[in-house]
Amino acid sequence: MRLEQQPLFGLMAEFGGPRRLIRAIEAAREAGYTEMDAFTPYPVEEVWEALGHHRSKLPAIVLVGGILGAILGFGLQYWTSVIAYPLNIGGRPLNSWPAFIPVTFEMTILVATLFTVLGMFALNGLPQPYHPVFNVERFALASRDRYFLCIGAWDPNFDREATAEFLQAQEPEEVSEVAS
Amino acid sequence: MTSARFDPPADLDRLNKRALTVGAVAAAASAAGLFLDRTQFFQSYLIAWLFWMGIAMGGLGTMMLSHMTGGAWGLMIRRVFEAGTRTLPALVALFLPILFGLDDLFVWARPEAAADPLIQVKAWYLNQPFFALRAAAYFAIWGVFGWALLRLSRRQDETADPGLVRKMQSLAGPGLGIYGLTATFASVDWLMSLDPHWYSSLFGVYFIGGQAVSAIAFAILMVAFLSNREPMQSAYRPQHIHDYGSLLFAFILLWSYFGLSQFLIIWMGNLSEETVWYLHRQQHGWQWVSLALVLFHFAVPFILLLSRRRKRNVKALAKVAILLLVMHWVDLVWQAGPAFSDHFSFHWLDLTTLVAVGGLWLAAFTVALRKRSLLPVGEPYLEEALNA
Repeated sequence: MRLEQQPLFGLMAEFGGPRRLIRAIEAAREAGYTEMDAFTPYPVEEVWEALGHHRSKLPAIVLVGGILGAILGFGLQYWTSVIAYPLNIGGRPLNSWPAFIPVTFEMTILVATLFTVLGMFALNGLPQPYHPVFNVERFALASRDRYFLCIGAWDPNFDREATAEFLQAQEPEEVSEVAS
Repeated sequence: MTSARFDPPADLDRLNKRALTVGAVAAAASAAGLFLDRTQFFQSYLIAWLFWMGIAMGGLGTMMLSHMTGGAWGLMIRRVFEAGTRTLPALVALFLPILFGLDDLFVWARPEAAADPLIQVKAWYLNQPFFALRAAAYFAIWGVFGWALLRLSRRQDETADPGLVRKMQSLAGPGLGIYGLTATFASVDWLMSLDPHWYSSLFGVYFIGGQAVSAIAFAILMVAFLSNREPMQSAYRPQHIHDYGSLLFAFILLWSYFGLSQFLIIWMGNLSEETVWYLHRQQHGWQWVSLALVLFHFAVPFILLLSRRRKRNVKALAKVAILLLVMHWVDLVWQAGPAFSDHFSFHWLDLTTLVAVGGLWLAAFTVALRKRSLLPVGEPYLEEALNA
């Protein structure tokens, strides 16, 4: 009873296989739900597609990192060998750009990789010591052999009873309320 | 599973006849060119032959790579590479005319080479009989590995013996190493010795990198052709196409890496006997060819292939593959051309020989592709690959 007074994070349905989960996601999208997430023990590409391609900002962050790294790598070499400490080496021009390419390339990769890792953490909110989905006891099985679909309570179409009924109709193993 | 599920489409016959007709017409035109301008004919013919040979033998190398690594990508295009490998006899036949034009092509094969002390030092290697003998050895070695792998593959179709995967893998390992070695020597013979004073130890891997690019680009075009009709229409999935896009991307980077390494080492060393090769490619019109290579063999396809959507759409990917096939031919022109003429120029024989060798080669290729099912039906991992 106490749970019913608590604000809800959402409703969670448990499925025995990926096909049922994908069908449920498609049905939910048809029913007008937009705020949902799915959990599978291993990456299932169709799940990602069924959820709709909510485009990640990560590629753009990586691109910015790469360009920044290239500028930084080339700039460092240009500054040291042309401005800060010009030396005549075998009569080559001070701005020996062909020789700068390997380091520029390495810096591009390095900074792009750093941006990837840091951007990933920034976007997915990890590390996160608390998440409401773990309030569902059986959710631990998501990393073993069960497939979960969670519809968020902040979805404009969310209704405690109607959404629970909708999820029950998708042939789940179980539907549970997720306390926030 | 029955092999009838993946029988080649009937269109392949039409492609075969069209290739043969176009190839024959172009061959007749090229033969006329032989009498009009003998030297030009051989110069154009060498580049045309190297282009199609690279697609077929680069395919053999890539197939050996896939035998070693495993994975759905190799299974789904193995028959394209196998058919390419089976064109080796046709490629050998098409190589024979080159032997009659050695003194038109190579400075070291001309009488005036006797007056060049540097060529005289290399004469034990650079002479006509040894050149032909080495070519025969390369063909024999590639043929043995190709034949052995094809025989195992045929047996796999018949018996579906799962142990054959391992056998092909253990043959492909040494095969790939030996291919790398022989193709390096072949690149020295057929391209680098056009400029017998010059040498670069990275030339071989650059040559092989270009072959890999053209082989995977051609395979992508065949996938585009096959996935447009049954039975392969339902077999190729975006996941497979994505792999070919990524592989093309990787091979472009590999080619660029070798190209830049070769340039950088020579530029840093700054020795006049080495830099002369690049100096020839920075003047008299050749500088625009060099620039085109950097832009369209590297920069533009690099940016185009960053897109995930393009890598997963076979029609969009096929356009990039066509660009790279064209640029691979430009790359061969760029490597050979400055040895023939200081000034960049385009001759109609460049085109007709390319179409002639290509038409005849494609005819041999389609005959080979038609003979077997389009997927290795005896592969234990086929079902898994189809559902990738």
